[in-house]
Amino acid sequence: MQVALMIPCYVDLFYPEVGVATLELLEKLKVDVVYPFDQTCCAQPMANGGCYEEARATEELFIKNFSAFDHIVTPSGSCTLHLRNKFTAAPDSPERRKVSASVYDLVEFLHDVLRVREFPWAKFQHKVALHTSCSAIRGLGLASMSERVHDAKFSKPKNLLEQVPGIDFVDFERPDECCGFGGTFSATEEAVAAKMGYDKLEFIGKSGADYLVSSDMSCLMHLQGCAHRLGAPLKVLHIAQVLNGVAQ
Amino acid sequence: MSTVDQAKNAAAFIDDKTHERHLDQLLWMLRTKRDDAARRVPEWEQLRDLASKIKEHTLSNLAHYLEMFESRAKANGVTVHWAQDAHEHNQIVYQILSDRKADSLVKSKSMLTEECDTRRFLENRGIQVTETDLGERIQQLDDESPSHIVGPAWHKTTQDVANLFARVYGSDKNKADPVYLAHVMREHTRPLIEQAKAGMTGANFAVAETGAVVTVTNEGNADLSANAPALRICSVGLEKIIPTNEHLAVFIRLLTRSATGMAITQYTSHFRAPRQNGEMHIILVDNGRSSRLGMEKFWPSLKCIRCAACMNTCPVYRRSGGLSYGSTYMGPIGIIMMPTFDIRRYSELPFSSTLNGSCTNVCPVKINIHEQIYAWREVMEEKHQFKLVKKEAMIVAGKVLSHPRLYRMAADSMETSLKVLPRFALYNHFNAWGRHRDIPQPAKETFHDWYKKYRSQAAGQEVSR
Repeated sequence: MQVALMIPCYVDLFYPEVGVATLELLEKLKVDVVYPFDQTCCAQPMANGGCYEEARATEELFIKNFSAFDHIVTPSGSCTLHLRNKFTAAPDSPERRKVSASVYDLVEFLHDVLRVREFPWAKFQHKVALHTSCSAIRGLGLASMSERVHDAKFSKPKNLLEQVPGIDFVDFERPDECCGFGGTFSATEEAVAAKMGYDKLEFIGKSGADYLVSSDMSCLMHLQGCAHRLGAPLKVLHIAQVLNGVAQ
Repeated sequence: MSTVDQAKNAAAFIDDKTHERHLDQLLWMLRTKRDDAARRVPEWEQLRDLASKIKEHTLSNLAHYLEMFESRAKANGVTVHWAQDAHEHNQIVYQILSDRKADSLVKSKSMLTEECDTRRFLENRGIQVTETDLGERIQQLDDESPSHIVGPAWHKTTQDVANLFARVYGSDKNKADPVYLAHVMREHTRPLIEQAKAGMTGANFAVAETGAVVTVTNEGNADLSANAPALRICSVGLEKIIPTNEHLAVFIRLLTRSATGMAITQYTSHFRAPRQNGEMHIILVDNGRSSRLGMEKFWPSLKCIRCAACMNTCPVYRRSGGLSYGSTYMGPIGIIMMPTFDIRRYSELPFSSTLNGSCTNVCPVKINIHEQIYAWREVMEEKHQFKLVKKEAMIVAGKVLSHPRLYRMAADSMETSLKVLPRFALYNHFNAWGRHRDIPQPAKETFHDWYKKYRSQAAGQEVSR
């Protein structure tokens, strides 16, 4: 199967190792990965800020780079949600619709499309706190949400991680409360964003976790920044790094 | 009036650590109680569906149900008034009072009268107005607006209230005990209720079939306000209409469970007719509602039953405090309602959200709140209600991110500049991110460059630069 790899801008710039882990993991799973070279961003930063005019050209570029592919995979729930449900700054076209219909978050691609149920190369003997983003939970439905009390409990990222020997999952308070990143919100409302991050870290800190693992690096970028400022460095990993077996 | 800077107000609320923590913990407790209450109702999601559809149906046939309500209420002996806006509403109230030489009014909590600023209007015309809801009375005495639509003073600690009562009533400020404080309030407010010439309430629901208004309260103050004086005025927003008592049952089951986790309140009161030898007036108020009903994207906020579940679950509201929004309605529902009242003043509110979607999923009438917040951002951009500096940043971002070559140049220079800049240059007041968080370190090599180095030849790809 051929897959176009979309690397979110902040992963490209700040966490290239997450991009590498995603690529290597897909290759281990015998996927033919293509990395469209002229890619930049999904345009979410502008669209999320209300700036459709400014988002249009970036969305058009994305369509140009990716519309030829039947599967587009990205290690980000939030970029996936934008591309799937909010990708409307560019004019409507068959190509635009194809992009929205073809994009997958890495977790859902592994879980639902490839149906991977083992990662024989990976092991991770640590206490792990799993943070799943709001985009992944309430946007993409990758895990059940606490608000819908009658829904069956499930978590696709956890299902995948459970296949990695050694992981000891720890629970923490308010597991699906937003971490405070929120895209442009993290800058425009920095005091509230940071307080939300501090609170999240306090709950995770009490759980005794060694690592915080998430399928969204943007949440981790924010939480890591909060942790450094508090002088409580937190070890964070993207789920791709754990599943790829590089982090042990 | 100038634009409300919610972010700035929220930052001040957080700086004073006591209140932020107090509010967050109190409201999160209510959120968990709501979850427990919903868990005990197996058909919870069906109820939400039903409630949403009843509201949608009623709003789609609003004229029909309003006229039915008016005719039934009149038949019950009630005088029905129509007010197009806040000013007309206040004029009607004043006219009713002044015609009868009523110079004192007791009222129960009503967000509609907050919306219309009725209290100030009447006080300026010499009428003594006393709020009878404990929280609302606290806010009145402290000269503050309600900070929450269910618990107007929930942002205050018991000690705050003890201090306030000591100042106003001369009670013991060292007795920060809720029971003591409730007694202080009762002693001072009861006589005002007994002496008042008129009483006023809002309405949680107005039932078209019976012409009755329904209030859902815990303290019994709405019943006192409505029944103690012979003259009674009730203000009702147009969207409060529901067809029948059968429909009412659906909302009663959802309302308090969503608000506080209680199965039902102490008092669910139906007021249908004036008391013996008394008078009852109902004022049906539009104040922007019918024009909102015509807004394709934003009409669903009219389904709101004011339970505040969205506020209790909102991580931003809990850490900002309700007063930070500078508005009658606050939190997620406030963000999507307030711009319909004044787009300039509330143009920044849609940005006070992480779009996490929790609000939408607790809403008992299934308003797509977080999607509307997102849609409002676009409207603010279209209507040019946008901070210039933010706009300029977006134009630059849009330009760079749509040109691969510019993007690569920016990536290289960011890596260089972040590496060489000293700490004081990174962390200053121009850098919002860095005020409370460290900036992520740019990687030595972007993924793009790594790929170019290790993979592009293998993949047989052209290197674009």
